[in-house]
Amino acid sequence: MTGPGAPTDLAARPRPPRAGGAWRWARRNLLGSPASVLATVVALAAAAAVLPRALRWLVLDAVWRADYQACRALEHRAACWGMIAEKHRLILFGRYPHESQWRPALATALVVAALLVTAHPRAWRRWLLPLWCGVLAAFLLLMRGGLLGLAPVEPGSWGGLPLTVLLTLVGMTASIPLGVALALGRRSSLPTVRVVATSYIELTRGVPLITVLFVASFVFPLVLPSWMALDALGRTALAITLFQAAYLAEVVRGGLQALPRGQAEAAASLGLSWWSAQRRVVLPQALVLVIPAFVNSLLSTFMDTSLVTVVSMYDLTGALRLALGDPQWRAFFVEAYLFVGAIYLVSCLALSRYSHWLEGRLGRWTRREASGA
Amino acid sequence: MSEPIITFERVNKWFGAYHALRDVDLTVGRGERIVVCGPSGSGKSTLIRCINRLEEHEAGRLVVDGVELTDDVKAVERIRREVGMVFQQFNLFPHLTVLENVTLAPTQVLRLPLAEAESRAREQLARVHIADQAAKYPGQLSGGQQQRVAIARALCMKPRIMLFDEPTSALDPEMVKEVLDAMLELAGAGMTMVVVTHEMGFARSVADRVVFMDQGRILEDRPPADFFSRPEHERARDFLAKVLPR
Repeated sequence: MTGPGAPTDLAARPRPPRAGGAWRWARRNLLGSPASVLATVVALAAAAAVLPRALRWLVLDAVWRADYQACRALEHRAACWGMIAEKHRLILFGRYPHESQWRPALATALVVAALLVTAHPRAWRRWLLPLWCGVLAAFLLLMRGGLLGLAPVEPGSWGGLPLTVLLTLVGMTASIPLGVALALGRRSSLPTVRVVATSYIELTRGVPLITVLFVASFVFPLVLPSWMALDALGRTALAITLFQAAYLAEVVRGGLQALPRGQAEAAASLGLSWWSAQRRVVLPQALVLVIPAFVNSLLSTFMDTSLVTVVSMYDLTGALRLALGDPQWRAFFVEAYLFVGAIYLVSCLALSRYSHWLEGRLGRWTRREASGA
Repeated sequence: MSEPIITFERVNKWFGAYHALRDVDLTVGRGERIVVCGPSGSGKSTLIRCINRLEEHEAGRLVVDGVELTDDVKAVERIRREVGMVFQQFNLFPHLTVLENVTLAPTQVLRLPLAEAESRAREQLARVHIADQAAKYPGQLSGGQQQRVAIARALCMKPRIMLFDEPTSALDPEMVKEVLDAMLELAGAGMTMVVVTHEMGFARSVADRVVFMDQGRILEDRPPADFFSRPEHERARDFLAKVLPR
């Protein structure tokens, strides 16, 4: 018998050590062929040309104080991080009242902490739901105020990072169940369900997000009955959710189609109802398969929130433009964009690494199968 | 024959324009062991997949355990609780451990408490001699072990009928015997079994009747001794000449 199920009578002999070390590795991987030598030399030369200058521009010669005269004297030969020192609170929190900005800072920190707790599969228990309800309530209370001696702040003045985080979080979490339902609906054997799901997906994917945001902001209030009225923030979150769900539905459908038909048949043959089969057999496998595509969607939602500026909401990029409204500091827009870009980059890289880890952890059974009999 | 538990009456089935089952009449009695054989594409798998309605028949009547199979979803789910199935490709759930594979249906369908489902599962895993693998994932087992887990998974629902759809066809030759042994034990315990297989040794030693199919029709339905010594149809003689060891 072969394979991991077989008893092992023979102890494995240790693999002989690799000879040569770093030099051997470099010769094989960097200098293996003329093309490879050329690529290595070009890459090294480019790095030698760019890195010292970048280092000088970004760090060594840069001005770090909010000193306008010093920044002007640089004449852009180095970065003026003084711009960020001066404007970072406007960029991070938008037009939120200056003296109360500890509130959005705390609210965002709460959400990030809750995300960190939620990240580990071991935390995926029932208590997550009350935890998130509590966190969301605390977030809204801190942001909105009007209670516990906090001065009220209208959602219209919310902006910057908390807005980006809130819209991404709400848009993404609310669109997951909707997306899964649409994906199942599109594969349903009931014609009505299938037609409704398919038309929704195709129509929504057929229009740009910017249009959906406009419709949500300006048309919803006119056509919806008053009891369904939402404020601008609610309408925007709803629009992002409805839009994102259509894309997620197709992502999930891809995972559903990748599963062998035998899985659903085995579940059915055991007497599991359609719902039980989806919940216990089909979706747990399909959703792990689509983690990479899923994170793709999550990242693009995160970026897409910057479109909400068209409906007069100032997310991170919108607040950045507010900051550039100051004629004195406007000249240093490159530094400001780098700062905001770095926030996006760090968040996205963290998310991407996390998803890799999660994929490996949840998909442990696939690796075992690959090495199986 | 004992009282009938499965009855096909002039059952027909098409895949598009392809006529997969033609006027199939078949009766299986309680406790009977039926082996279905025939060339590939003859409708064997379609026949047994109709019994738990993984395929829907399109004309004729099919009654299983006193219930006629129709579009009634609840009736179909009830029948599937009574009818276990073992597939050629095992179809274990790869994201669940062996124990979770076997307890899934008892907890979800029969609503057994977990402890009771687990003791039932361990009993069935012991029956197919694989109790020591309960904590592993299917991908860590050999093909023969996986197929025995699949048998235990079906048995855990305490079915009245077991269907086997080419249970040894995807196995390495040295693993065929362990699966056939598990099936033999089951036959010895009086289970009603319908088995699609090319294992003619199994048919000879276990089957009460051998059903031979060709082009969607049942050509022969006779005790194995008759079928193997005096097949009536030319097609059956051809088939036996190819599958029997010379």
